[in-house]
Amino acid sequence: MEGHRLNDHLRFIIPSDFHEGRAIQKRIMEEVEAHRFNEDAVFAIKLALEEALINAIKHGNKLDRTKKVRIQCRVTDHEAEITIEDEGPGFDRSTVPDPTTEENLERLHGRGILLMEAYMHIIEWSNRGRRVRMVRRNDPPAADNRGSAA
Amino acid sequence: MAESPARLNVTSHKDIAVVEFTENKILDEMSVSEIERALTTLLESKERPKILLDFANVDHLTSAALGMLININNRIKQQNGQLRLANIRPQIMEVFMITKLNRLFRILGTRAEALANFE
Repeated sequence: MEGHRLNDHLRFIIPSDFHEGRAIQKRIMEEVEAHRFNEDAVFAIKLALEEALINAIKHGNKLDRTKKVRIQCRVTDHEAEITIEDEGPGFDRSTVPDPTTEENLERLHGRGILLMEAYMHIIEWSNRGRRVRMVRRNDPPAADNRGSAA
Repeated sequence: MAESPARLNVTSHKDIAVVEFTENKILDEMSVSEIERALTTLLESKERPKILLDFANVDHLTSAALGMLININNRIKQQNGQLRLANIRPQIMEVFMITKLNRLFRILGTRAEALANFE
C-alpha cells in the first residue's frame, strides 16, 4: 500500500488486488472512526467504500495487478469525501439496469452502484465512469436523500 | 449432518438445517465464494433442503453477498426446498429493503419464528 497525507487529504495508489483494497478500507475507516462519525454513517461509508473498491479492482481493472487504483480521501468531523479511480474501460451509469425491478430482482449482480447511491449523500461519476467521488455527511440521512444523489 | 465449514456453524432442528454465520461480516469476494461453496455442499447433501440462515452475528455485508444469497435461494427452489432468513439486525435489513430483496426472501424476526414458518 503506497500512500501519503497532504494537508487533510490521504492519497493511495494500489495494484488491483482485494487484499490491498481491504487494507485501504481499513485505513480509511480508522480515519472515519477517529472523527467520531455516527453509527449509521460508519456503516454507510464502509459499505459504499467496499463496493467502490470492488468495482474498481474487479469490474474496472479486471484484477490486472499492473493496473492501479487511485484513492483520495478527506475526512473532517462533518463529512467524508472519497474519490476512487481505476484504469479500466469505464462504463456508462445510465446503461446499468435497475436491479430493483421485478424482472431484475433475481439478477446475481448489479447492486453495488445502487447501494453506493443509497448510502452516500453525493455520488458523482466522471472520466467516463472510471472515477467516482462520494460524500457522506456525519448526520443521519433523510429518507428522501436515498438514491437521489446520482 | 454436513460438516460445518470454518465460516459457518450448521446445526439440525428436525429436518431443518440451521446455519449461523460465525463472522460478523460477509464481505469480500473470497469469503463470499467460500460461504457459497459450503452452502452448496450442504444443499447437495439433502433431497429437499430446508435451510434457515441466522444472521444474528452479521453486522456488515455487500452486494456480492446478496448475489450469493440469491443464487443459493434459486438452487434451493430448484430442489423444491425452502429457505428462511432470520435475526437480521436493522442496518442489514435496510440493505434488503433498499435492494427490494425483502420481497424475494422469506425473512422472519427470530429463529423460532423462522423454524415455525417452514412448511
